[in-house]
Amino acid sequence: MIFRVFEKEELKQLFDILSDHNRVVAPVEAGRDGSGRPVYAFSDVREFNDIRLNHTVTKLPAKRYFLPFKEDLATFTIENDNWHKSIAYNIEQPFILFGLHPCDINALNKLDKVLLHSVYPMPYYAAKRKNMFIIGFDCIPQPYCFCRSMGADTALHGFDMFITDLGARYFVEILTDTAYNFLRHIRTEEPGEDDHILYMKVVAERNEKFTAHVDTTDLAKILDMEFQSDVWKYWGDRCLACGTCANVCPTCYCYGVEETVDIDLKGARKTKMLYSCNVMDFAEVAGGHNFRPERHTRLKYRYYHKHRGFVEAFEESLCVGCGRCGESCLADITVPEVIASVRGSGRNE
Amino acid sequence: MAESRTRTYLGVPLYRPRVAFFEFSSCEGCQLQILNNESTLLDFLSLVEVVNFREAMTERSEDYEIAFVEGSITTEEEIKRLKKIRKNAKTLAAMGSCACFGGVNQLKNRFRNPASAKREVYGSHPVDSGPVRAVEDVVGVDLRIYGCPISKDEVEKIVLHIAIGKSIVVPKYPVCMECKRNENICLFEFGEPCLGPVTRAGCDSWCPSNRAGCWGCRGPAEDVNLRQMRKIMEENGFSEETIIDRLECFGGFLSLMKPERGRHG
Repeated sequence: MIFRVFEKEELKQLFDILSDHNRVVAPVEAGRDGSGRPVYAFSDVREFNDIRLNHTVTKLPAKRYFLPFKEDLATFTIENDNWHKSIAYNIEQPFILFGLHPCDINALNKLDKVLLHSVYPMPYYAAKRKNMFIIGFDCIPQPYCFCRSMGADTALHGFDMFITDLGARYFVEILTDTAYNFLRHIRTEEPGEDDHILYMKVVAERNEKFTAHVDTTDLAKILDMEFQSDVWKYWGDRCLACGTCANVCPTCYCYGVEETVDIDLKGARKTKMLYSCNVMDFAEVAGGHNFRPERHTRLKYRYYHKHRGFVEAFEESLCVGCGRCGESCLADITVPEVIASVRGSGRNE
Repeated sequence: MAESRTRTYLGVPLYRPRVAFFEFSSCEGCQLQILNNESTLLDFLSLVEVVNFREAMTERSEDYEIAFVEGSITTEEEIKRLKKIRKNAKTLAAMGSCACFGGVNQLKNRFRNPASAKREVYGSHPVDSGPVRAVEDVVGVDLRIYGCPISKDEVEKIVLHIAIGKSIVVPKYPVCMECKRNENICLFEFGEPCLGPVTRAGCDSWCPSNRAGCWGCRGPAEDVNLRQMRKIMEENGFSEETIIDRLECFGGFLSLMKPERGRHG
């Protein structure tokens, strides 16, 4: 691992070099909510000043850049009785994710396990993932962030460089030669002992700021034991089954496929759409049978996939603790509260 | 026409139904929606044989297989006409919020004293207008096309699926799914009421994408949690009246909130 430090004004220089020939996606202010607070979103950025590196959390994760909400898996042209199939992985050029928080980097690492390093990698994901350059950025923990409980508060890999704000200067961790070569274009220096001490101080201060926690001890086992628990009914009664939690989740990857024919009958397409296991249509199969017609069972299985099934398969949870689902849930269903209730404490009692 | 009868898709002959469009108490805006999309209109019309469409042609025929019925049913004459259409049609599609739920028209059913309301609007002029009913409250309905107005894309898809023999599927999930796909900021963040979480999707979150809260024109999503929705609206500071006005506006939610009907004097 290579570390460097650099003056803050150098970052704009780095951005200008990177954005000269590349598409850059970064957190920006998308609007203001009713109380005047900024709402952040990932967006294509051309000007360094549009980036909000001090952003709290974006409403939607950067997921749509590698798992689009809607994506054509194949298109067909039809001529007389014949057809021709075309497949595109829907990426035109490499792109840079500038300012990804550790939770979102960890989310990518988790998705890689399923979509990249499994028996059947998904080429549509792989093509985008292999053409991504990631600049991680540290963050200030918010009241809803429980990433530390999920072991996702720091990122060990899954980025090209990771920048930490030391106050006066930036501290950068370099993981790839691409990142190293880019950094050669700006003025950086070897960190000294003082920088190391400052880095550790900054990290320790950040750790103090986490207020939300989830007790994950034996969670996979406890979920097994509490499969029939009444708490699921309690949360199911609150759930709107609107699918928002999955749509704002950086790790939810489940999808549906729809085949459509163009109205002129000259073309057809097979479209993948990200889905949510909380919506009514999710477990409906051909013939109309629905395996999970009840809200509380759907909600339960979402938690089982995240905190039990994935743990059994990959020895880690499919939740990074970003808190987006709880923040976006109109019914105020949050992961820390649901897990606490399953463990026998919480507001449903 | 004989030539187009033998049109095929991947070697399989297309079914080109004779279709008719009818309007009852409505603004006929749904029928106009069908004519709106000029870029696909000819393709659309080539899939069907239109034999009755007052908004588009003068010829009329009683020989049709699919009847698209727009509007709510408010008079005795309409009931008779609708029953005749039902008899003629193999498939009857209720088209738009008025046909599916009574639509905006059914708001008049809220008056406890309809006679006085009628007097207020029409004076002494005699008007044959009874309580508003959805099409399915009068005759059997095979297909519902939701929305106020309907979405042309959805009608095109339905007709196309009939032609090529593919099943017709409408979303059971609510508008929030489409709204998130469109990357909108939730309207509750701006302090605006929205029925997106309980309304059937399929409109591609038309209103919320334009910063206007959903009024539920497509009726309830399936397995809808109306109790929680009302609680959320209340917690967000919206009055009971605001909530009920939205839920009652198009009539789709009435069956889920019956006790409140007729509360207006």
